[in-house]
Amino acid sequence: MSKNQTSRTARASWQAATFVVALALAMLTIGHTSDARAADKSSLRILSIGSDVTEILYELGFGDQIVAVDTTSQYPPEALENKPNVGYMRALSPEGVLSVGANLILASAGSGPPETIRALKASSARYVEVPAGKSAEGILTKVEAIAAAVDASDAGARLKDKLAAEFKKLGQTARTVTKKKKVLFVLNATGGRIIVGGAGTSADEILRLAAADNAAANVTGFKPLTTESVIAMAPDAIIVMKGGRGGLDAAELGRVPAIRLTPAGKTGELRDMSGVFLLGFGPRAPKAAASLIAWLYPERAGSQ
Amino acid sequence: MAVDRGDMPRHAFARAYLARTTFKNWSVGARLLIGSGVALVAAAFASLAIGPTGISLFAIPQAIGAMFGNTDDVAALQSRLVLFDLRLPRTLIGMFVGAALAVAGAMMQGLFRNPLADPGLVGVSAGAALAAIATIALGDSLAAFWVNALGIYALPVSAFLGGIITTTLLMIVAGHSGQLMMGTLLLAGIAFGALAGAASGLIAYASDDRELRDLTLWSMGSLTGSSWEKVAAVAPFALIIGVAIPSLVRALNGLLLGEAEAYHLGIDVPRAKLVIIAITAAAVGAAVAVAGVIGFVGIVVPHFVRLIAGPDHRVLLPATALIGATVILAADVVARTIVAPSELPIGIVMAIIGAPIFLHLVLRRGML
Repeated sequence: MSKNQTSRTARASWQAATFVVALALAMLTIGHTSDARAADKSSLRILSIGSDVTEILYELGFGDQIVAVDTTSQYPPEALENKPNVGYMRALSPEGVLSVGANLILASAGSGPPETIRALKASSARYVEVPAGKSAEGILTKVEAIAAAVDASDAGARLKDKLAAEFKKLGQTARTVTKKKKVLFVLNATGGRIIVGGAGTSADEILRLAAADNAAANVTGFKPLTTESVIAMAPDAIIVMKGGRGGLDAAELGRVPAIRLTPAGKTGELRDMSGVFLLGFGPRAPKAAASLIAWLYPERAGSQ
Repeated sequence: MAVDRGDMPRHAFARAYLARTTFKNWSVGARLLIGSGVALVAAAFASLAIGPTGISLFAIPQAIGAMFGNTDDVAALQSRLVLFDLRLPRTLIGMFVGAALAVAGAMMQGLFRNPLADPGLVGVSAGAALAAIATIALGDSLAAFWVNALGIYALPVSAFLGGIITTTLLMIVAGHSGQLMMGTLLLAGIAFGALAGAASGLIAYASDDRELRDLTLWSMGSLTGSSWEKVAAVAPFALIIGVAIPSLVRALNGLLLGEAEAYHLGIDVPRAKLVIIAITAAAVGAAVAVAGVIGFVGIVVPHFVRLIAGPDHRVLLPATALIGATVILAADVVARTIVAPSELPIGIVMAIIGAPIFLHLVLRRGML
């Protein structure tokens, strides 16, 4: 390389270094002007992590006390629209979470990473872990834990009673179903790949609550299926999760030749449903299961 | 910078080439080292001073107060937590990861005499990824005993061991009567990488959606999980790398010319190769263990330094370490503030900012 080029490079790297130093100094000053705000102890400032936690807080009437939510909190929609979002519940940034200034952190049991959770527990905010659970009892336990954390035992008891009644009614309806339908839960269908919810998934749980058999019970987890095995599973009905991007909706899936060969395809029992609604396992779980029953067994739901 | 080969004997040519390369670029190199040192200090200050809570370095006295007894003041406690337990370890880990990955890349490119070589060639990344993925996905079942025993350190420890074991196996495969066959090493490395990739794929296929999400995030890299324990865990590696680098400079400079030429320069080539690979595996294994997979630094930073200061490892290795650390810190500051209170994976930020700058540099200089 020529001498001229060499000195130009050296000059450029000095300029770059100077620029970085200046930038750092500038940011120091900015950091100083926006000083840490004082925590207001008189009122609750809740950070809600987990869609079920957020839904229960809204149900208990603590929606206005929530200062920030995580990405999974998609219901009610205004939670994610109006409040700061601290990111995905399993990849929380410790300083990001602290910056929302919450004095109560209500986090679903799966939140992470563990280092962040440890730092949050060491912070001045109160950290309460809400147990995960997908059964009726599990959901009631969640309500209890959250109501205790926000000191709203009355509202908590009311919500618990309401949910318990809904679950009871659901159970009664479910027991009247004599011939269970085989239902396939499609998470996403793109380009010939149909991803279904097998055993051990939240889809499997909601189908059980709705007195339906999971057509994909012989696979574990959310798995892609070949169209041939979909035919072999012979589902009576197919649920397509709405909200997945770029996938086929129920009507489009119904026109796929292999799907047309299934009982569901022949009778046209395919339907789009919201994933957050069906798989959230918050306070709307009984309603979700009931709406499934109403669709699958219209005569039963009508008899209620 | 061509040296006329003429009728010179091979080793004389080699010496002349080295002398010419080093002499001519020394002053640029010195300036580059000073410049990148200053940049690193600035980046470290920025990393300590900037964060979504808005706590600045002016809170340091308060935070130190909270460290020594004064524990009534909530704001002081918060400053202490953020400055000393979150940002400081994160900055130190970032410096280590950046320096380790960049130096490992530079050493691999020197060893293989290939501008595209990266630490992945010796299998360490693939092995570390496989072990990490296995720990994430099997933590509730097959690997439960391991996760229970090590708690939150199961993942970094597995990643490190996975990387080291893979590289050791690879070196055994490619060893031939005490000599490492570089061709075999390269090809066996590809085979190992493919095998580890397939095993990782199988595990990912069998995992549930939560585990998949964890796997994806881990493979994009992040400094979020930095803690003092991790700083303590990587400190010995930083020390080893720091101590070993000066003694490798001569061997790497000699290897630039070819193995035979290096041998004629009086370098113990078989030993040098072993040491270089062992240090690379340790450095990358430790970096991947604490921060997940972070690409880009290992290839781009050494080339950046070569474009400015030439291939002399006396400048290349230290400058690469300084700039690698700077780049990671700068990218991390952006990653954790730009979408606050959430944060972006650092690899994404680095590639978005770094790739165009690098491309510009390459096009301007018209060389690689």
